[in-house]
Amino acid sequence: MKEAKILIYDGSFNGFLTTVFKAFDERIEIADIQKNSVAQRGLFSDTETVFTQMDKAKRVWNGIQKKSNSAIKNIYFAFLSESKGIELLLYRYIRKLFSPIDMVHLNFSDDTILKISQLAKSVGREKHRMEAFVRFQLTQDGVYFANIEPDFDVLPLITKHFRSRYADQQWLIYDVKRKYGIFYDLHSVEIISLDLQDIHANSIQKSSVFTSQEYDFQDLWNNYFKSTNIKSRINMKLHTQHVPKRYWKYLSEKKQAG
Amino acid sequence: MSFERIKEKLNILADAAKYDVSCSSSGSKRTNNNKGLGDSSGMGICHSYTEDGRCVSLLKILLTNHCIFDCAYCVTRKSNDIKRAAFKIQEVVDLTINFYRRNYIEGLFLSSGIFKNPDYTMERLIMVAKKLRLEENFNGYIHLKSIPGASDELMREAGLWADRLSVNIEVPTISGLKLLAPDKKHEDFTKPMLKVKNEIIQYKEEKKIIKSTPKYAPAGQSTQMIIGATGESDKDIMYSATHYYKNYNMKRVYYSGYVPVANDSRLPAIGSQVPMLRENRLYQTDWLLRFYGFSVNEILNDNHPNLDVEVDPKLSWALRNLNQFPIDVNTADKHMLARVPGLGMKSVGKILNARKFRKLNWDHLKKIGVALNRAKYFIVCESRHWERRDLHATQIKGLILQNSQGKFRGNYSSQLSLFN
Repeated sequence: MKEAKILIYDGSFNGFLTTVFKAFDERIEIADIQKNSVAQRGLFSDTETVFTQMDKAKRVWNGIQKKSNSAIKNIYFAFLSESKGIELLLYRYIRKLFSPIDMVHLNFSDDTILKISQLAKSVGREKHRMEAFVRFQLTQDGVYFANIEPDFDVLPLITKHFRSRYADQQWLIYDVKRKYGIFYDLHSVEIISLDLQDIHANSIQKSSVFTSQEYDFQDLWNNYFKSTNIKSRINMKLHTQHVPKRYWKYLSEKKQAG
Repeated sequence: MSFERIKEKLNILADAAKYDVSCSSSGSKRTNNNKGLGDSSGMGICHSYTEDGRCVSLLKILLTNHCIFDCAYCVTRKSNDIKRAAFKIQEVVDLTINFYRRNYIEGLFLSSGIFKNPDYTMERLIMVAKKLRLEENFNGYIHLKSIPGASDELMREAGLWADRLSVNIEVPTISGLKLLAPDKKHEDFTKPMLKVKNEIIQYKEEKKIIKSTPKYAPAGQSTQMIIGATGESDKDIMYSATHYYKNYNMKRVYYSGYVPVANDSRLPAIGSQVPMLRENRLYQTDWLLRFYGFSVNEILNDNHPNLDVEVDPKLSWALRNLNQFPIDVNTADKHMLARVPGLGMKSVGKILNARKFRKLNWDHLKKIGVALNRAKYFIVCESRHWERRDLHATQIKGLILQNSQGKFRGNYSSQLSLFN
């Protein structure tokens, strides 16, 4: 019997796909797939580091896409959930996809399939939330700037949405938790990593980074938010269900009165 | 612009517009292909939620709350002694653009009190939309109110700039309208609706032949009814809603529990409770009609003119039709699966897919997300365990109420005390 191996990759999605390629190609018995930043050696298994190779990653991507478009979407979304052990779960999922049974990604009676589709759904929900909860503030340099702190790594998923919506303004969305952002310069979107010192939450303190009108508009929005409420129908439980408290920090309408 | 003055106007004119519940921003097909601002081709987005739990998707304001009419149910009626204000056209444009650029909103919902006459008002609304589209290159969502009594010419133009148009029918029965809004005629509401419906059909036909035909109200039209203001039954409301869905191709009918805004002997007094539970049951019924393949007379008819407040309308229907159950989830067709209490359309889809691979048991159903506490009385699956007792409708209802929680349960606890 072949010995099970732990494969270590660089943490990127393409790195993961390369790992999958290697496992299939060399018929490796997989004990686990781990990111190099959090890798833990197993007591009884070998480890091997896999180097990301775009052509191999691409072949896996294409192969899955040929099976089903919704499966490749599920895989990418679930990967971005960063949930513990996601790699091994995805590896099992992909193995099932390449079994001779047709349309196996729709077999919701299978635990792995159901779990991946549920994870993908959670990530999709977070993506949608970020499309809703980003609040741009206009800086003196004419860039619309926003901080976010999403539960999952959804920046790659929201790029397209913001690019097609705000095609005529420069904007930057920065993920505070993961310390990188996406910046649109009126032509294309680039991933930028920077270590921001000031986190611009919705504090009542004014920062000189932003235009003075910026605060007037936040004030108007804040006012609008209050006047559109119907007091005789108040339902805070429903309110926090839709806008969970962990997102309030960056929402200008949730700013406390100064 | 003077922010203080704008703020004051915004407070007054947003406050007056909030009783309009429509806030959808989906269903349009306006893409940003001119490197302009905004895109409304995707699904709708709720950017925030008010503390009463309603979605905030559009900047929803009145152009003015001056009004020549005196409709009893309306907060901006002529005889009401409130602060009045009016936006300039450019002010609305600036607010919309600046809110949109900060990702606060999906677009604009513009309504208005009627000043001078309907056509004069409608013209002003159209000017705002036209300015946004032509001068600001704005591709976000625009919902305009069709002003009752506006001319066909103006309605035709409105649809060229707006994504959605709506006239609120407000009072579901004609007799109620006579009582509460004596200055308005039923035809004033239906005439613009009919015009918009016909234009939509015509533009769609032309589009098939000439690709460059402009869009006309791509997100269709909607309407709203106030409930609990004139003593109408649920049957009156839903039959009326069905009428508008069918004859005017409505995308949505909204139901708005009447919030008392006037001391008027014709209406519930100020301080009476807003009928939120009833509103909820009406929306559930609306969904059953639009997505679950029910027809209105199955749910509401002369024997059952009102919905059961204790349980949802699907469960209520199933309890009246126990002879059609139990069904086998592994063989039943989609139509019948959709009728099982506790099964939503998402679950139905998952079941249909999953059962191609194996026969499903209780465990599968639970993991898929079926509400078994309700469904278990109405289905059988790959298991030797199912509800074998020949229970009466009242027994099932009692068991379900006993083993579940409802968000409005506090409001009707009388029945429950039987079991405690």
